[in-house]
Amino acid sequence: MRDAFELTIKPRSGWQPINVAEISHHWELLGFLVWRDVKIRYRQTLLGGLWAIMQPLLAMLIFTVVFNRFAGVHSDGAPYPLFAYAGLAPWFFFTNSVSQSSNSLVSHQHLVSKIYFPRIFIPLGAMGAFLIDLFLSLTLCAGLMLHYHWPFTRNLLLLPLFILGCVLTAGGAGLILSAINVNFRDVKYAVPFLIQMGLFVTPVIYPARYIPARWQSLLGLNPMAGMVMGFRHAFLGSPASWTTMTISLAASAILFVAGLFIFRRMELRFADII
Amino acid sequence: MQPIVEVKNISKRYRLGHSIQHTNSLRELLVRGFAKPWKRLRNGDERRTTNAQEAEFWALRDINFEVADGEVVGIIGRNGAGKSTLLKILSRITDPTEGEIKLRGHVSSLLEVGTGFHPELTGRENIFLNGALLGMSRVDIVARFDEIVTFSEIEKFLDTPVKHYSSGMYVRLAFAVAAHLNPDILVVDEVLAVGDLAFQKKCLGKMSEVSREGRTVLFVSHNMPTVESLCKRGIVLSQGKMVFSGTAKDAVQYYLNSVSSLRPEANRHIVELKGSPQRRSPLGELLQRIELYTEGDQPLSGGLPIGGRLQLHVHFNLEKPTSSFNVGLGFNNVLGQRVFTAHSLFEPERSHGECVGPQVFVCDIPSFTLTPGDYLVRVWLDVGNAEADLINDAIQITVYESDYYGTGKVPWNGAMVLQHRWRLDASRSASRGTYGN
Repeated sequence: MRDAFELTIKPRSGWQPINVAEISHHWELLGFLVWRDVKIRYRQTLLGGLWAIMQPLLAMLIFTVVFNRFAGVHSDGAPYPLFAYAGLAPWFFFTNSVSQSSNSLVSHQHLVSKIYFPRIFIPLGAMGAFLIDLFLSLTLCAGLMLHYHWPFTRNLLLLPLFILGCVLTAGGAGLILSAINVNFRDVKYAVPFLIQMGLFVTPVIYPARYIPARWQSLLGLNPMAGMVMGFRHAFLGSPASWTTMTISLAASAILFVAGLFIFRRMELRFADII
Repeated sequence: MQPIVEVKNISKRYRLGHSIQHTNSLRELLVRGFAKPWKRLRNGDERRTTNAQEAEFWALRDINFEVADGEVVGIIGRNGAGKSTLLKILSRITDPTEGEIKLRGHVSSLLEVGTGFHPELTGRENIFLNGALLGMSRVDIVARFDEIVTFSEIEKFLDTPVKHYSSGMYVRLAFAVAAHLNPDILVVDEVLAVGDLAFQKKCLGKMSEVSREGRTVLFVSHNMPTVESLCKRGIVLSQGKMVFSGTAKDAVQYYLNSVSSLRPEANRHIVELKGSPQRRSPLGELLQRIELYTEGDQPLSGGLPIGGRLQLHVHFNLEKPTSSFNVGLGFNNVLGQRVFTAHSLFEPERSHGECVGPQVFVCDIPSFTLTPGDYLVRVWLDVGNAEADLINDAIQITVYESDYYGTGKVPWNGAMVLQHRWRLDASRSASRGTYGN
């Protein structure tokens, strides 16, 4: 006999609760979507999975030559290449995730208009493969530290916290941008520009101490600023402002929750307008 | 027992105009935002003009029906009647604008074959991905994996990326995954129309198997014989409204009638012949009208299933008493080729004296076995040995697809269908098994 299951479909509008039961019921699907992305991402490429570490590695080399050697930008203790790499790894995770997930709904229109499952999996799933890239590039970061004989500290235990912060930031931004993109395809053009500008307002190339003290807490409002700072703190033991990092962590959590609700609200019309 | 699906006053409105066409970029939104105050200054009643531009379109209006547990319901209607919108609401892809639906079981919907298939992934990988997207758990998929592969007939290509598949293989695999879902309620949109005939038959078989297992199925199709053979109940939608609900057979008949009534001249059961343009009347306009009837003297409007009974009552006038008169009916296909001629000369048991005045000559065709399509009928009257009155394309008869052979298979080729049987001659066949008798 069938269990007493009853579902009511009726018009909804405005803010919607997050359907935790449904999300957990379909949890496996998120895994499948990530698995698919991992499988197909580097098909028909020469370097394959190497691309995951090429990006931050090449950027590190260029930054070291241009900013450190030519422009005289200095790190906050660690050798500049290490300093740059520890910041670039989370930064590339963030930018890749945001650009992929902001486009995810539009590039999976058929999934939106032909089948039903929790749609937040589409933008969130788009991040999954980059999270794996992040772990790969962090492994390389550890290798670089051995190369430079730079010591590991207990701070490394804090790393999961900052990875979580990155995921929440990228997830929140991805949810909001992907939802807006359904209605306004401007997002496609705005995102690359915003990401470029983001590199300058986030202390990736330069250490946070270059920013005047009175701006430090404002800097925290950029969640990625605190996360980049945190990654360096965890890996390299770089000095870090807990004020800035706490504000950033809070900002990332708020951004993610806001993203969930905004997405849920806009989701109601996706199938009609995509 | 409560119905498993209860649809109450469902309406769905789409906004045309602004929201879809014009606000696709932020610029438009900004421009409108800035322009608004100016517009408002210029004409105070700006709000009303905006609303007028914002056209609304009701894809569905006040749909009400219930489906009992285990029922198979066919939803039919022309393109744009709202069938797909209804299925989208039932599968929770989009919300209704008004009304409520109660579902007392888990729904799986199959609105498109192969949604979520990725061309770069292999058949095996796509089975897992597609299964998960359709709501199967990993365990379910593993458990049914072999069944799915067997059904799809692609064993050899399981580890080939599906981008190298033929379209037939692709469809087979996609349907196989969907066919092995295990929902309480299955919602299917026109997916059997794909693939080759053999596979269509297999899908159909699977569908009826699903319905025999007591699953509830909501099925949209343009294929009337399929609806008739698969479904018990039928619902007809027209322009967003539910115009008929009843048995599948009646629904199909209703639908066909409504389709053919779109052509005012065609398929009416009484056709007045006065003033027909394509007429040659050496002895005057003697032919009056033709009435069409089918089995049980039911008026025939709409169409006739393959092999249905067709009775044509030809009304005409004889100005002088005579016993020597004949009526002919020539059935031409749409290409103008004569496929059949009925003539009163061919009637062996004809006995009547001299007639004069209004007459009704009845031509009874017990089984009209022409293949589906439209037929234009030429009618003529001979008096003596001379042509008295002739009308080209006087009436149109539509034959629609039906399960003539009782196999669920629609005759699709040739000009006509004929009853025929097949048997394997057991005495001369080199087979060890038995086949028929």
